[in-house]
Amino acid sequence: MLELRLPSLGADMDEGKLLEWKVRPGEHVVRGQVMCVVDTAKAAVDVEIWQDGTVAELRVQPGETVPVGTILATLLAPGESAAAPPPPAPVTAPPAAARAPRRRISPAARKRAEELGVAVDDIPGSGPDGAVTLQDVELAAAGAMAPAAAPRPAPAASPAAAPLPAPVAPPATTPAAVPDHQAEMRRAIAAAMSRSKREIPHYYLALTVPLARASAWLRDHNARRPVTERLLMAALLLKSVALACRRFPEFNGFWRDETFVPAAAVHAGVAISLRRGGLVAPALHDADGKPLDQVMRELSDLVQRARAGSLRSSELLEPTITVTNLGDAGADVVHAVIYPPQVAIVGFGAVAPRPWVDEDGELRAVPTVIASLAADHRVSDGHRGALFLAEIRDLLQHPESL
Amino acid sequence: MNRDDIRARMLGVLKGIAPELEEDEVDWDRPWRGQVDLDSMDFLNFVVGLHQALQVDIPEADYGRLKTLNGVVEYLAGRLGA
Repeated sequence: MLELRLPSLGADMDEGKLLEWKVRPGEHVVRGQVMCVVDTAKAAVDVEIWQDGTVAELRVQPGETVPVGTILATLLAPGESAAAPPPPAPVTAPPAAARAPRRRISPAARKRAEELGVAVDDIPGSGPDGAVTLQDVELAAAGAMAPAAAPRPAPAASPAAAPLPAPVAPPATTPAAVPDHQAEMRRAIAAAMSRSKREIPHYYLALTVPLARASAWLRDHNARRPVTERLLMAALLLKSVALACRRFPEFNGFWRDETFVPAAAVHAGVAISLRRGGLVAPALHDADGKPLDQVMRELSDLVQRARAGSLRSSELLEPTITVTNLGDAGADVVHAVIYPPQVAIVGFGAVAPRPWVDEDGELRAVPTVIASLAADHRVSDGHRGALFLAEIRDLLQHPESL
Repeated sequence: MNRDDIRARMLGVLKGIAPELEEDEVDWDRPWRGQVDLDSMDFLNFVVGLHQALQVDIPEADYGRLKTLNGVVEYLAGRLGA
């Protein structure tokens, strides 16, 4: 028996309201499929299942608000028989005898599993005696979320499977909840940012990055493309950060239980301001490995869905580093606040012509952007931070290779 | 298609991006992106929306002519021969 639990979709979430079920009892579901829509402080979120199965029982009704970790639904694992309800235990048998032996799991892993809404019993353990480690939990949770790590089953592979929802979900706005949302989002941001400032010893660096080549490349690229295929500088900036994370893993991951856990993939969180105020920073999965066109398409899709209030649980769970771009609003430099449990955030200000001394000592007006880094001093030091920013700068000098 | 039609289509596209927009609150002869609070992603979506609504592909080099809403209407009218 598998359990779908309400995941914590942010450092600050402790409960959620079930808005809608997208599946019915008896329905076969595949990993990554949207099970239900849950209203959080920040958005209506499509909650995905992390393993194939058959829906057995829906335990929470639409409209109910339940704490994180609550079992929302039970599912039968592949091969498990629907016709075999747990036999009533004979009165004489000790109650525990019917159960599988309790899994060995570290307290940290158990806590994290609860946060992520992953059922411990279903996680293969890689530790001593099959103990479930923190990393196993992370992997199990990420399994539903990292399409590159484990491609979603093609429809052809399981004809009975319900088709995966289209990437662009219809706006799942909840008109009645709008005024409340504002206050809740403010509270959620306040909680996360207060925790960040309280717990994370931030250090800050900034570097002016010349963008003459990138701007010219972009102009030329876009001149040859129809409007639907044009790129924004934001896509180049995001990709450069994701690529830089490969060589500087200490900026890509999480601070948990007094230790740094590097992330295996780069899921770049994109800070998106919402039109009614507030912001959300969903993940663009595997941003380092995707071609620019795809990064741009997914970025555009994320922005539209974030603003329509329709994000997926994996997008909120997964960011391994955040990128915030405040140049459109005119700011020159961003002094950003890290979103816990992440350990770094990269900010970009406005792309604008500024005085620049080139290699020949000539003073010229050149489009530049100020890239800034706020990073966690428990994990990295300024020296590595400076090299990380320099790597981003160097990558942006070769836009054709991004 | 006359200017009123173009204006109506353009507003339709704009409201898809900025649903809270009140057209009376925007000065049609002043730069509008700041007034409506559109970032570069919104602006690109605006141009994509115009492309879909009016079958006009606006090259990036022409963005400078879209600085005011009346400017957008004039530009589109020119492109559509209205």
